Amino acid sequence: MNAIPGRIAPAPLLSVEGLTKWYGHVLGCRDVAFDLRPGEVLGIVGESGSGKTTLLNCISGKLTPTSGEVRFDTRRFGLTDIYGLSEPDRRRMQREEWGFVHQNPRDGLRMRVSGGANVAEPLMNLGSRHYGNMRQATIDWLDRVELDTRRIDDKPRNFSGGMQQRIQVARNLIHGPRLVFMDEPTGGLDVSVQARLLDLLRELVRDLGLAVIIVTHDMAVARLMADRLMVMKGGEVVETGLTDQVLDDPQHPYTQLLVSSVLQI
Amino acid sequence: MTDKPLIIVEDLAKTFVLHNAESATIPVFQDLTLQVAAGECVVLAGESGVGKSTLMRSIFGNYLPTQGAVKVWHDGAYVDITQANPHEVLEVRRRTLGYVSQFLRVIPRVPTLQLVMEPLLENGVAFEEAKDRASELLSALRLPEAHWDLPPATFSGGEQQRVNIARSFIRKYPVLLLDEPTASLDAENRAIVVRLINEALKEGAAMIGIFHDLDVRDAVASRLFEVSQFKAAA
Repeated sequence: MNAIPGRIAPAPLLSVEGLTKWYGHVLGCRDVAFDLRPGEVLGIVGESGSGKTTLLNCISGKLTPTSGEVRFDTRRFGLTDIYGLSEPDRRRMQREEWGFVHQNPRDGLRMRVSGGANVAEPLMNLGSRHYGNMRQATIDWLDRVELDTRRIDDKPRNFSGGMQQRIQVARNLIHGPRLVFMDEPTGGLDVSVQARLLDLLRELVRDLGLAVIIVTHDMAVARLMADRLMVMKGGEVVETGLTDQVLDDPQHPYTQLLVSSVLQI
Repeated sequence: MTDKPLIIVEDLAKTFVLHNAESATIPVFQDLTLQVAAGECVVLAGESGVGKSTLMRSIFGNYLPTQGAVKVWHDGAYVDITQANPHEVLEVRRRTLGYVSQFLRVIPRVPTLQLVMEPLLENGVAFEEAKDRASELLSALRLPEAHWDLPPATFSGGEQQRVNIARSFIRKYPVLLLDEPTASLDAENRAIVVRLINEALKEGAAMIGIFHDLDVRDAVASRLFEVSQFKAAA
């Protein structure tokens, strides 16, 4: 009556190994390894300076690591190290298969063109030329992120912070990515807006079967969004596991400190 | 249905180590062994602090046991919750292993009906069917229909608890862990929950429960299990 392992797990969508980044003599992150499966949401938590953003940038192809591999199951080349691809191939893969939601919508949006154009642009970049189809897809997505579709031609600066963030979410999902990176996606928002946006993100992740890597310092956001967590300190991963297990029964001294420091209301 | 036990707990031990309190260690239990068959409801007995909830959370994978195995019958095989990958544990929780806590913990400002539908939608059930089943269950639990479109934050303790119960029972888990699901309910609502539990048992669910209310306990328990007999030495 021995326990047998579960059925063969689906192949990883993303496989990170030995990822290390040095800024000269300063450590960004060291020896990070994990697999991410389709539809899985991984949270990266830790305080400022723990290496969360360095890690996210290395994984998402924005910052070349000092050593280690980031393998992604690309449509064109299969599972391959993204830093082994040529620059144009990597950029194309990022455009076609990934999304990146920044904490500050201004980092992820083009402020000079309309909200609608921001949402439609990824389609255009991927070769769509039919204006009517693109406009319709844009309207559908504005609707999906619960924005007033009559404001399709307004510039991003005329939207509130929460609305800008919704535009950014739509812009990063419209082209059907399989992996989306989120860097403190609700970090700059009012609490009242935060809850609704989190719920929306969760719904979209569920409906689209997205794999997500979300960086946050907010344990409540981590609990609501992530299936499992990586806790970082001083550039290293000190603990990993199921989200509720890491938060309710943390093993590492630093995680215990982190979890016990959360203010209760 | 299988004649094998749906839950097998083997030589389980749990000790908490508090690194930020001079590495204090708190042993809870050790060498704990327990099996639960289909249709059986094992009620954990013993006073507060003896480790009932700790055992239940260890079985759910919410706590990390120090030693031992927790095997749950899932899809025709045992999965050891203490060894499985996070995604395997989540898969077991999505279809086999449910946990009803005393407290409702959900995203704020989401309407009640949607919260109850969510577990089904996550399992790929169509929207309309999920809505019908959620409505049916909320009606059965006598939650006023006027409340369904409201988020539960402002509900009474008993109403929140019924939303919580609905969110768990809607999936019809074959293995269910109940941590005082009737603590804030009045007699009439307790009776409804007892009926739900007994129906699920009749359909072959295996359950482990904590009930401080003796009437409820007697109405659902197949047998009692004293956690204190496995007390770990301090």
